[in-house]
Amino acid sequence: MAARVGVVLFPGSNCEHDVVEAIRALGGEADIVWHGDRSLGQCDAVVVPGGFAHGDYLRPGAIARFSPIMGAVAQHAAAGGPVVGICNGFQVLTEAGLLPGALQKNAGLKFVCTTASLRVDSTHSVLTSAVPHGTVLQVPINHFEGNYTCSPATLAALRAGERIVLRYLDNPNGSMDDIAGICNDGGNVVGLMPHPERATSALLGSTDGVPLLRSLLATPSAVLEV
Amino acid sequence: MADGSAQPIHRALGLTDGEAEDITAILGRPPNHLELAMYSVMWSEHCSYKSSRRHLVRLPTEGEAVLVGPGENAGVVDVGNGIAAAIRIESHNHPSFLEPYQGAATGVGGILRDIFTMGARPIALMDPLRFGPLDDARSRWVAEGVVSGISGYGNAVGVPTVGGEVVFDDCYRGNPLVNVLCLGILPTERLVLGRASGDGNLAVLLGSATGRDGIGGVSVLASAGFEEGSEAKRPAVQVGDPFEEKRLIEACLTLLDAGLVVGIQDLGGAGLTCATSETASRGGVGMDVDVAAVPRREPGMHAWEVMTSESQERMLAIVTPEALDEVLRLCDRWDVRATVIGRVTPSGRLRILDGFDGEVLADVPAASLHDAAPSYDRPCAEPSDRARRLADDPGAPAGGEITTALLAGLCDTSWIWRQYDHQLFLNTVEAPGGDAAVLRLKHPTTGLDTGRGLALTTDGNHRWSALDPRAGTAMAVAEAVLNLSCVGARPLALVNCLNFGNPEHPEVMWQLSEAIDGMADACRAFGIPVVGGNVSLYNETAGRDIDPTPVVGLLGIVDRLERRPPGVGLESGDRVVLLGPAGPASHAGSAWAWSAGRQGGTLPALDMRVHSAVAGVVRGLVAAGVPSGVHDCASGGLAGALAEMVVAREVGARLAGIAPGALLHEAPSRVLLSVAPGRVGEVAAAAGAAGVSWADLGGAGGDRLVIEGVVDIAVAEAVAAWRDRLPSALGEGVASA
Repeated sequence: MAARVGVVLFPGSNCEHDVVEAIRALGGEADIVWHGDRSLGQCDAVVVPGGFAHGDYLRPGAIARFSPIMGAVAQHAAAGGPVVGICNGFQVLTEAGLLPGALQKNAGLKFVCTTASLRVDSTHSVLTSAVPHGTVLQVPINHFEGNYTCSPATLAALRAGERIVLRYLDNPNGSMDDIAGICNDGGNVVGLMPHPERATSALLGSTDGVPLLRSLLATPSAVLEV
Repeated sequence: MADGSAQPIHRALGLTDGEAEDITAILGRPPNHLELAMYSVMWSEHCSYKSSRRHLVRLPTEGEAVLVGPGENAGVVDVGNGIAAAIRIESHNHPSFLEPYQGAATGVGGILRDIFTMGARPIALMDPLRFGPLDDARSRWVAEGVVSGISGYGNAVGVPTVGGEVVFDDCYRGNPLVNVLCLGILPTERLVLGRASGDGNLAVLLGSATGRDGIGGVSVLASAGFEEGSEAKRPAVQVGDPFEEKRLIEACLTLLDAGLVVGIQDLGGAGLTCATSETASRGGVGMDVDVAAVPRREPGMHAWEVMTSESQERMLAIVTPEALDEVLRLCDRWDVRATVIGRVTPSGRLRILDGFDGEVLADVPAASLHDAAPSYDRPCAEPSDRARRLADDPGAPAGGEITTALLAGLCDTSWIWRQYDHQLFLNTVEAPGGDAAVLRLKHPTTGLDTGRGLALTTDGNHRWSALDPRAGTAMAVAEAVLNLSCVGARPLALVNCLNFGNPEHPEVMWQLSEAIDGMADACRAFGIPVVGGNVSLYNETAGRDIDPTPVVGLLGIVDRLERRPPGVGLESGDRVVLLGPAGPASHAGSAWAWSAGRQGGTLPALDMRVHSAVAGVVRGLVAAGVPSGVHDCASGGLAGALAEMVVAREVGARLAGIAPGALLHEAPSRVLLSVAPGRVGEVAAAAGAAGVSWADLGGAGGDRLVIEGVVDIAVAEAVAAWRDRLPSALGEGVASA
């Protein structure tokens, strides 16, 4: 516990303070990491938060992948360190090649902000390691480009490797195989469209994001030994 | 500004002959073209409130919590714990009709700048919208574009949209209303005002380069009605860039945190002319502006274009020469362009120069652009058929009409607000779709949760105001008070957006004057200060004025935010209890009467004392967690409120003993509660202590909505009518224009 989480801030990010607040409320430490820096400093885990990094110009994540900090994020990931991309952060990780596939515009061609029902379909990730397989969670989504797609070979690999971490029960955006979140081979890099940090307070409507973030806070050192 | 006719240039710029003579008298010489352009934008209806100023002074503006009242960029109130809230509402009606996406988007951008100009971080937006009927293709196009624009800009700029309203009515067919409210919070000690001071201080222009977009927007668009061929005005609509605005917000708040600015001002209507003259005249100083230094998007722009352009995402900061390097460094970190374009002078004059040592292009008394603006006592006249109309009671619906009216009034607005990020910042306790939004109140710099909440609602009812602008506006304020009660909040401060027709029509001026009096009456009775407002006139197309549509935004406080408010909805097994007067009343101004084409009669009376008592009882019960559902009776009356509670959780109800004449009228001061049988005694006790009447109307549960002898429909039928209204008209999954 009390892992130190670096939350990457690009110009145009907007969920960075929410992630920091949620991590701290769970007993973790969290610091903002500026996109223009080349080092993550002392971080056990990295969160790439939601928002509109670099205005989503060209397409979401297309410019953010060139921000100087992304080199350090890639190194951290390569060393087995936990990296979680939430929403726009997921888009950034796919653009950066840290996760396969891409996120297209929602099938409905509209922005969607609502609460989605998710099922945990794999516990082989830093975000789901402490959540029982099959658990159904109520977590907000908030995106225009959340429609996950990938090649048939990639999809087969994701399935075979139990790398589809979260699925929608009622697909809100047309994503392939109802995918809400995936991870890399090592399970240390996770991308998901839903916002677990928005589901950490009963007063706000759901605490179902708590077990996900707790998993992240609990696992970094174990994963680093991989 | 192409002008093929031979009319004098001041008229082409929207100035009257008398105004042109005033300018000559002020300057002691005829103005040159640049000066004329500057006066034309500053003396426009939009900037000078020349038709409404003398009426607006009748609104009560003082209150214990008020830190900044009307006249600044935003009203500011003390909300406790060292936190102040800044609030403002504005209209972007005309641009949104021509270019729905950009019109609405830039409306959001403009209101945000008004808020962070005060040193506040914007934390919530609300959008009261009015469109033409859903069976009109152009109105659907406008509605979809406006919602996309709010979504596209608000989401990307990173400010949640937590509520609003939408009304579809024929009177908005040629003139939709797009009002935008923004709420921000700041540490009380950081409050900054838009003024320049200190001889030799520098005016630094932050943000976007200046282009030809939005030239003369305030004078061309906002201060005249629409006629055939309005599309030609499209170049006067600005184009927004939420990413630029997001960086501008972060850069400005960083500058303010670091104490690096003396004053700061947004560039909105009338652009640089307004920002430079306002900061100078508020500070009692003058300013030299080097127009050649202003970064431009395109070559060949004239000085008058640069000075009146309404290019978005720009701010003007007044800084000391010593602070300049640090200001430039912090702006550079956020990739925000920062350029010194002016110097504060002791002269009191606003001089526009081609280079600080170059030619003087304009030289006017800075204050004259504001203080000397004309104020018109335009003729007011009660409509000649008023007495006849007030006497023309619409009667009451036949039994069979009630079910039809009830279903017709149901509209699930989630098609709209699901397109808005309404959750960012982890504050949103009560989302859009309820009676009022509730936000956690956290300290803006420490993030410390105060355990209290802010509540926010917007209300307006054009039917009530059309019938009786004075009483109808008072009823809109009353409805807002009751909406706050439904989430357990007490009112703190009000802002208004007064959407009216052409002020040169005496009946429209009468409507405006009456509405202001009605608002003043209600605000005094409820002890609510008015801390800001916006007047939008010339809402007319081809000579047809909109119904008068005063919209109020009401900010309230939840003193102890311990649980989520009960929300609109019924719990199976509960009792359905009505607080407030239960009997029949006039149906004048009701949705039913309008749909029946009966637009006459006298509105049901609003008793402010009774209303305050009902609001107090509801607030207390909600705070104590007594009801499991609550909803005020407003548009659609008692039956409408009940139907909305039924569809919210898909729980039916069986009510008895209600006269058909009590179901669809829209008398104020009534609230429906869903209460567990064991807690009805608490409701009775609270109502009794306050002298408020109450009635147990029946039970909640089952899959039918039954009002014995009048209504008997399946819950599923009501839910379908409610849920399908907007998707079936506006489409699901259709690409926007």
